[in-house]
Amino acid sequence: MAAGADFKTGTLMSISDQDVARIARLARIELSSADAARARDELNGILSLIEQLQAVDTSGITPMAHPLSAHQDITLRLREDQAVPTRTDPQRQALMANAPAGHQGLFLVPTVIE
Amino acid sequence: MEWEIVIGLETHTQLTTASKIFSDSSTRFGAAPNTQANEIDMALPGSLPVMNRTAVERAIQFGLAVGATIAPRSIFARKNYFYPDLPKNYQITQYEIPVVQGGNIRFFVGEQEHTVNLTRAHLEEDAGKSLHEHFTGPHGESSTGIDLNRTGIPLLEIVSEPEMHSAAEAVAYARALHGLVTWLGICDGNMQEGSFRMDANVSVRPKGQREFGTRSETKNLNSFRFLERAIQYEVRRQIELIEDGGKVVQETRLYDSDLDETRSMRSKEDAHDYRYFPDPDLPPLVIAGDWVERVKAAMPELPAHKRARFEQELGLTGYDAAQLTVDRDTSDYFEQTAAALPRGQAKLAANWVLGELSAHLNRHEIDIAQSPVKPQALAALIGRIIDGTISNKMARDVFAALCEGEHGGDPDAVIEARGLRQISDTGAISTMIDEVLAANAATVDEYRAGKQKAFNSLVGQVMKAAKGKANPQQVNELLKQKLG
Amino acid sequence: MIMPLHSEFDSIEALSQALAARRVSARELARSALDAAESRADLNVFLHKDDALTLAQADAADRLLAQGLGTRLTGVPLAHKDVFATQGWRTTAASKMLAQYTSPFDATVVERLRQAGAVSLGKLNCDEFAMGSGSRNSAFGPVHNPWDPDVIPGGSSGGSASAVAAGLVMAATGTDTGGSVRQPAALCGVSGIKPTYGTVSRFGMVAFGSSLDQAGPIARHARDLLELVDTMSGFDPRDATSLEACDGVANAPGRIRSGFDTARGQYEQGGSQPLQGLRIGVPAEYFADGLAADVSRAVEAALKTFESLGARRVDISLPRTELAIPAYYVIAPAEASSNLARYDGVRYGHRAQNYGDLIEMTSRSRAEGFGPEVQRRIMVGTYVLSHGYYDAYYLQAQRVRRMIVDDFQAAFDGRCDVIMGPVTPTVAWPMDSNQESPTADWLADIYTLGVSLAGLPAMSIPCGFSDGKRPLPIGLQVIGNYFKEGQLLAVADCFQQETDWHQRKPGQQ
Repeated sequence: MAAGADFKTGTLMSISDQDVARIARLARIELSSADAARARDELNGILSLIEQLQAVDTSGITPMAHPLSAHQDITLRLREDQAVPTRTDPQRQALMANAPAGHQGLFLVPTVIE
Repeated sequence: MEWEIVIGLETHTQLTTASKIFSDSSTRFGAAPNTQANEIDMALPGSLPVMNRTAVERAIQFGLAVGATIAPRSIFARKNYFYPDLPKNYQITQYEIPVVQGGNIRFFVGEQEHTVNLTRAHLEEDAGKSLHEHFTGPHGESSTGIDLNRTGIPLLEIVSEPEMHSAAEAVAYARALHGLVTWLGICDGNMQEGSFRMDANVSVRPKGQREFGTRSETKNLNSFRFLERAIQYEVRRQIELIEDGGKVVQETRLYDSDLDETRSMRSKEDAHDYRYFPDPDLPPLVIAGDWVERVKAAMPELPAHKRARFEQELGLTGYDAAQLTVDRDTSDYFEQTAAALPRGQAKLAANWVLGELSAHLNRHEIDIAQSPVKPQALAALIGRIIDGTISNKMARDVFAALCEGEHGGDPDAVIEARGLRQISDTGAISTMIDEVLAANAATVDEYRAGKQKAFNSLVGQVMKAAKGKANPQQVNELLKQKLG
Repeated sequence: MIMPLHSEFDSIEALSQALAARRVSARELARSALDAAESRADLNVFLHKDDALTLAQADAADRLLAQGLGTRLTGVPLAHKDVFATQGWRTTAASKMLAQYTSPFDATVVERLRQAGAVSLGKLNCDEFAMGSGSRNSAFGPVHNPWDPDVIPGGSSGGSASAVAAGLVMAATGTDTGGSVRQPAALCGVSGIKPTYGTVSRFGMVAFGSSLDQAGPIARHARDLLELVDTMSGFDPRDATSLEACDGVANAPGRIRSGFDTARGQYEQGGSQPLQGLRIGVPAEYFADGLAADVSRAVEAALKTFESLGARRVDISLPRTELAIPAYYVIAPAEASSNLARYDGVRYGHRAQNYGDLIEMTSRSRAEGFGPEVQRRIMVGTYVLSHGYYDAYYLQAQRVRRMIVDDFQAAFDGRCDVIMGPVTPTVAWPMDSNQESPTADWLADIYTLGVSLAGLPAMSIPCGFSDGKRPLPIGLQVIGNYFKEGQLLAVADCFQQETDWHQRKPGQQ
């Protein structure tokens, strides 16, 4: 069995049902109430794992976004401004071949009312 | 209760690049739907962004033009939210460290000069277009069409400090900014095509109050008129709301030009939690000093510099100088005209460009680049005023004729054909004056009695007799002499 | 099972020579491999095979070989983890979300191997969106370990490792974000390498954790890995995180081979002590509680072998080893939550059948299309980036990441040349093991995560078997400093000249 550990749920920064609903909304994942309850418990378990980070003294340390940036200065490479020609119908079709719904070269989605 | 209005503007300018900010798709306007969108623009699995050098250069040009700091190192961040015209469901933008920081825009409101400071300007990608015509989806549902041609167009978002206090001021700022970005050639300024869009942050507070009131944001205004109307509406709405005991809510609104009102956008709920974080696909953008120097060296003379030069070297007023430097076409036109005139006549050229020419352009809704009268022709016309061939008034008639294309746009030909040569022959004028004096004894007496108006009346009579063609200065001088 | 023709060859090099000499044709190899794959459907390694596509590639290879224009990989049968975009074959990322998706373009890795003439047998099963350590999280059924059908093959590149271990392909591509090449290689008794971050293009790889993802091959031994990784690597202008140079050497095919040749040349000078002068750092933290006895034993035995080859063992400390777990499980889900936002049923992918408005369509499509582990990680990622938590979690994790990088550099700066230790705390665990909490599997990544956070190159090579009725493979992890892939492969090769763990096949433990 994998090196296991027990997890206490509901410690410290607890995730509530409202939190779960908010996160699910932000992430656009529909959860049934059973799913949501399970998600809440799982997330709380995960939180107690990642909360170990809080205890680490990181004062004076800069966050590291690119793994090699300590080894060498990683900077953004720039591309010359050259455009490819407007695509033909077949080319467009190839790129849109996986679209669930389309019409005359447009992707279709249920109407959003603003 | 006296209210103070506080306005800040965020302006999205589409940059003039051939390809998009993160892909090599074309930016040309008006293509068939989704023919200028590749795997990156469509956010197909495995696609990655690659940064366009020219978009960065445009940002540097802007920063230099407004006296801002160009960040030597800036970061691209992901702004996460779901929307069908945003294929990745995050926008690549800049958050904590933008490429341009600070700077300011100077402009006139009437005769008053204003300076509005800029907070920042940053690079980001534009979203696609939603077409709300009546499409039908696979289950018969009412559907919207999504065109990703505009997705990924490079934008420079320019954020002003909340330092404007009236709709007029905001419009003047926007016009000046529009003039500047088109001047620099970094944006084509075509507001119908969405190249220049403004968001207005508006709040009110009782005069004297330190704290800002709660602001609303009215988005996507694509004309100066709409900007003005939207701000005016918002101010009224907020004041009424507060005076009725309500509270202004921080929200996003849209301006409806048909109803001339702003409306709250359907609640974006927690879309405000954008979960910004540095984009791991894009390392930091480094702009070395020598690149900035190269861009600086290649910059056109900036409006502010030209304005100062017009004031100091050519003796124009601040106001006139500002008007003439609103865009490059106007300033180029003016400079070419002034250059073709004798020294010291720049003011005259300014008057003509800002007066008759401007009026004509407005009436016909054309740009100065489309003026039927070119700088050389205008200069020639003004030259005939200076050398006394025609009067100012006559010149206006000649100008009108030139606008119609008469006589191949040659002022001298028009003058000849219409016999508009001014009578400057002292003898002839003298004769006319004598005749008028003789026929207007009563008026002469009035003048002698001290009525200045009588003099003007006599001048008028002489001009009438001369059918307007007498040189007014000479008439004045000779008349004075004869009256003693 | 049908043994494919290519399994008669001990190495890609040997196979390549036979192909060049036309003793065997690419088509024969491909046909035989396709048949063998069919006969091992029980392993569930292939998600998509297409005989016509494969045979077309084989025929193209044969044409090149006939003109004497073959490369070292021309005609060699391999397969791609199903997170690499491939034209022709579907790319599903083992997810219902992409079950019907066919990419209009090839991933750079796929393109380079194809241009070298390698023949693809199809797309390999894995954990959904590369999230998992057991290849149980696939929407299309779990992958089985050829050594024992009742245990996991590891993950997320379980299909790749299993296919190689079963001899169905000469080699396979995988991706490693937190250990997903190394760990399945270890659990399946084969070899795998994760090169330095930035040396292999991520263009066309379905993104999971952008600052961690790196493609890497799995094969039977270091020399075969070299053939693949050298061809896969190289600067790609389509990936802004792709490096143009590696400590001054152009990032291009040839660099790794050159590094390997140089190191090998050096080792050959050493006679019976080829690795004389090589200092092997052994982190104390990799041998703490939680490491199973048989794994510890096998790794220790391997270290002794290295010492017998002249290397010197040096005790080192990587104090933040355990912290790599929470740091990784903040950063990876955060990036994933954003990378997977594009799967919304609008332009491709699964769209729900029933929905009211747009939000419902998107939310339902994603709920239906994503499996539980993917949903879990998206939720965690969304949470740690959300307002109020960004600094405490995400930024904090990135600070801890820098500390972990510093730990490794302190070790490499003057104390050791390579670092060795176990890949996993135990051998493969049962397929149906109860997961009392979703994070149980996560803890088993303890030895591999730090390397991913640091972007360092690392390998897994077989070094023994567990005790018990059905012995299961044990892997040794070999970690190098940045850009030292060539040296790593040469060190591994040295070990593999001396031992035969890598030659064992299922049934011949």
